[in-house]
Amino acid sequence: MSLSAREYLNYFKQVTEVIENEKDYLCELDRKLGDGDHGVTMSIGWQSVNEKLDTELLDETDCGKISSVVGMTFLNAVGSSVGPLYATGFIKGAKVLKNKTELTDSDIAEFWVAFVNGVKERGKAQVGDKTIVDTLDPFAKKLEAKFAESQDILAAFSEAVQAGERGMESTKDLISKIGRSSRLGERSLGVQDPGATSAYLIIETFQKVLEVESVK
Amino acid sequence: MKKLINNPNNVVEEMIDGYVKAHPTYIKRLEENDRSLVTARKTTDNKVGILIGGGSGHEPGFLGYVGDGMADGVAVGNIFASPPPAPILEVTKAIDKGAGVVYLYGNYAGDVMNFGMAADLADMEDIHVEMVLTTDDVASAPIEEKEKRRGIAGEFFVFKTAGAAADQGYNLGEVARIARKTNEFTRSMGVGLTPCSLPQTGEPSFEIGDNEMELGLGHHGEPGIKKVPMDKADNIADELLKHIFADMPLNKDDEVAVLVNGLGSTPRLELYIMYRRVEQVLKEKGIHIYRSYVGDYITSLEMGGCSITLTKVDDELKKLIDHPVDCPMFVQK
Repeated sequence: MSLSAREYLNYFKQVTEVIENEKDYLCELDRKLGDGDHGVTMSIGWQSVNEKLDTELLDETDCGKISSVVGMTFLNAVGSSVGPLYATGFIKGAKVLKNKTELTDSDIAEFWVAFVNGVKERGKAQVGDKTIVDTLDPFAKKLEAKFAESQDILAAFSEAVQAGERGMESTKDLISKIGRSSRLGERSLGVQDPGATSAYLIIETFQKVLEVESVK
Repeated sequence: MKKLINNPNNVVEEMIDGYVKAHPTYIKRLEENDRSLVTARKTTDNKVGILIGGGSGHEPGFLGYVGDGMADGVAVGNIFASPPPAPILEVTKAIDKGAGVVYLYGNYAGDVMNFGMAADLADMEDIHVEMVLTTDDVASAPIEEKEKRRGIAGEFFVFKTAGAAADQGYNLGEVARIARKTNEFTRSMGVGLTPCSLPQTGEPSFEIGDNEMELGLGHHGEPGIKKVPMDKADNIADELLKHIFADMPLNKDDEVAVLVNGLGSTPRLELYIMYRRVEQVLKEKGIHIYRSYVGDYITSLEMGGCSITLTKVDDELKKLIDHPVDCPMFVQK
């Protein structure tokens, strides 16, 4: 299987729709843990990306360029803490995709592993801190291991997203250690982390793109 | 929630637009970035640049403090969100006079990352940057984890002394030292009575009963230490001061600057009732009030409640606290 630049662009288009649909849910989670704006922030960022997809990136064929423009556009629209995290992820991922107009299975696996490493380097959070990393770290580890084992990106990605989902759900039972919600202590128990939730939506959307591609 | 807005997505842009048009002799927007504002006044040569910034919704923080004797520029973020590196970098370039720039901001994950990225970019352009984070909120982490504490209204005193030091010709390292020293000697704690709502969601930022208050509330509506039954002003002031004294012991004849800060919708009438009690308690302890400030200095949209900040001052800090300031939202002669 391979993914064209057009399909890669289409993936980002789908993320903008998913985030828009889940905006209120993400805000609702954040009101319990933080200042209640996570859905708004994600929406501002992805709407700004959406504008680039319709203009500067419309006919772009270099997937590396697409990834870095998406990252910088998101960052400049939102700032916040998710801005630097996602921007660093997409820029690290862009290095893997540089000058590529067609993504092979191993490009896809390498891209996501680089993306997650970028987020982790920037945010310095560990698994168990109740952050985005609780979704992304198990996702990337599973993806890397399963793809190395089977070379089957669809199966490996599907298992990785499931690992990410379990990680996301585990944040309900965690006490925040990083970010604004860390000041809540035990009051953060019982609520799923909004950052871990939106990260899950982003990887889950990619899985759906792969599934559609695989039956073409 | 009723708000005087047009499109919720444009509130920050429209506020900045109104602000620069209201105060053209004080402040201007940089052409390079819509979220970069700098002083319109001429500043002395070789002056260290003071850059402040953070999310919107805290007005007068932060754009209200650009002016003579305070900050030279501000990077403006979305509501309650750190600005990205780009506007911070543009302000840095515009206010650097060869003596370097000090970034002053509150200790929040987003601000730390964005200001840190901007400082790296400034370094690539050979501009010396010092970063000082404020961590005055005693309710946000225990003293042994002081470096995790968030910055709230105490930021005002850090802007005040660092801005004065830069104006008085202190060099980059010295301005940063003053900012760190002020932060070290500053403690705040707040209480929330009613929530604010974000223009984009219209939903209250936290839930609270009619007869409850949130002790230690953060200035973005982050939950504090605990919800307790509403009480009389004197008892609330005593409770907030108790936490501050436990954290920063003050002795008889120590001198402090006091800030009773409104969170947005609490009237001055109530803030002065709070101040009245603060003065009584300090007097009983033999602690002298060197200067006091009462009003809305760093707000949280229309949140109800207040915070109390005490900064312990020595001769050096007193001289800087006394330095005159002329900003659109704060004047001190």
